[in-house]
Formats: sequence, structure tokens, C-alpha cells
Amino acid sequence: MEIIVPAGVAIIVAYGLFKRVKVFDAFIEGAIEGLHALYMIIPTITGLVVAVEMLQQSGGIDMVCSFAEPLADIFGFPKEIVPMAILRPVSGSGATALLTNIYENYGPDSIVGQIASVLAGSTETTFYAVTMYYGSIGVTKTRHTLPVGLLADTTAFIMSIILIKAI
Amino acid sequence: MIVFSVICAIFTSNTEQLSSGILNGAEKAVQLLIKLFGAMVFWSGIMKVAEKSGLTAKLVKLLSPFLKHLFPDLDKDGEAFQSICMNISANLIGVGNAATPFGLKAMREMQKQNLKKDTASDSMVVFVVMNTASMQLIPTTIGYLRQSYGSSEPFAIIPQVMAVSACALCVALVFSLTINRCKKWK
Repeated sequence: MEIIVPAGVAIIVAYGLFKRVKVFDAFIEGAIEGLHALYMIIPTITGLVVAVEMLQQSGGIDMVCSFAEPLADIFGFPKEIVPMAILRPVSGSGATALLTNIYENYGPDSIVGQIASVLAGSTETTFYAVTMYYGSIGVTKTRHTLPVGLLADTTAFIMSIILIKAI
Repeated sequence: MIVFSVICAIFTSNTEQLSSGILNGAEKAVQLLIKLFGAMVFWSGIMKVAEKSGLTAKLVKLLSPFLKHLFPDLDKDGEAFQSICMNISANLIGVGNAATPFGLKAMREMQKQNLKKDTASDSMVVFVVMNTASMQLIPTTIGYLRQSYGSSEPFAIIPQVMAVSACALCVALVFSLTINRCKKWK
């Protein structure tokens, strides 16, 4: 698996040489563009990361969880994964920390461990993607992006429970 | 989000942690940006090489039968469409840090054709929604993580991950495309 990325880069460069592209000049040109794009997202990323950190430190996540856990119980969802499901769209590193907690406490092959694995593997940090991509070009009205993204996350949550429990 | 955090902190008397959270958050942001820095510069450069040699165009040819339905208002030979193809291929093979620079380029190109600069265009919504759902074919990170915590079959969850990702992606696409169409009828 590890060979794919270096091989891909090698193929791109080799093909460039074969087609007589000025490889290094093109590389520099693109790299400068990339640098500019990064410069544009600095404010957005900083704002988002600070807000997420505040949310976690303030106990806001815990508060949402304490409301959601009894609800999960009613539907027969294992409540151990609720905190992870809630944190997942907001913070990737936070969700990974919770995932390793679950592995430690229940084991990766337990039902809860399996559901958590599937959930972590099939979702992305929705808020991060939305703020970063729109922030980079200064779009503030994102229309239905966030609701649809969160709906997809909810689908992943429900489906991962159904699939693991059914097997 | 910030206001909500402050209210929660007052309720749970976590105000001290909250103030340190602000500084920690700013520090974390810089760490994240440094992580992105190298990937961003390197992959943007590599993409330019692929673009100039015509390799991107070949990839576009391969993916456009599927993607042209998702982005009906984009030019098939345009730079926006090319960047989208690169972003999706990088996502599929699981090179997240390469996908981001391609994605940002795609957004810049789509913004050029956008009529209302402060509002997301239809294609932008579809594109960002795709990126909020996971497209990675093989969840390597999760696999290794499971292995290090003593799983007997670290990659046994792959079929489920694929099925769930596909479902979530379908939901995301169906809803965003339907809402886009509804708006056009008005």
C-alpha cells in the first residue's frame, strides 16, 4: 500500500520528462499557487480550530452527549459511541482520541469497537471541509452544503450500527 | 459555536479551562497549518507537472463519464473540472493531504465562473458535500489503529466501511443534486 503514493509521484514526473515538459519550472509554478491558497485559508482555519477547542473545553460536547445518550437508548443504539458520533464532524483528532478510548475499554473486535471503526472509516470532518473550502474563496452563503453533509454523517452513523449488528 | 461554548462553560463552571482552550486552539491551528504547508506546496507543484504533461487530461477522460452528471454546469475541459478529477482520485486512494490542495484549486476555479461571489454555486455545493463524505476505498489509518490495539482481524471491517461510505455518499449526492434542480425550476 505504501508504494502507491511514491509510485504515483514518480509516474507523474517521468511522464512529464517524457512529454518534454520543463518539470521543475512547472513544479515551482504550481507550488507558488499552492502557497497562495494556503495563505488564504490561515484565518478560517485558525477561527475554526479555536472555536472547536473552546467547544470541547467548555463541556459543550459533553452537554450535547448527555441529551443524546438517553435518546440513543430508546432506539436501541449503543450509547458508548454517541460522543464519538457527535464529535466526528467537528474534530478529526478529537474523534480519533475517543476511538482509541473505545478500543482500550471494549477492544477493537467488540461490537462497539467494530461500529466505531466503521463510523470513523466512513465519515469525514464535515465542518472542517466546509469552512476550509468555502473560506478559501470567501463564500459565506453556503446554502444547503452543511445540512446535506450532516445528513450524510447521520446516515453513516445509522448504517454502521445496522450493518455491524446484522452480521 | 463560540457563544454556545461560553454559555456551556458558565453553566458547568469550566471557565478556567475555556480561557486556556482559546490559546491552545490558536496553537493547534498553527500546528495544523504547518502540517498542511508542506503537502500543499508539494502537491500543488506536482499537479502542475501532471497538468502540463497532459496526464490530468487523461484522468479527466477516464472520470468524466461519471462526473459530468454531477457537475452539469462546468466545462469538461476547464481547469475546475480537472482539479475536481484530481481531488477525487486522491481521495479514492486515500491520500487526504494531496486531495486538499486539488480541492482548493477546484474551488478557486469554480469561483471564477460563479456569478454571486458570496454565495455557493450548485457545483460548489456538490463538490464540498462529496468531500465531507468519505470516499477512501481502503481505510488504512483505521486498519493500523485497530491492529495496534490487538484486533485479530484489523481489516475485517473494510466491506462495511465501503458499504456505509457508499450509502452516505449517495445520500449526500442525491439530496444536493435534488435541491439544486428544485432551485432551477423556480
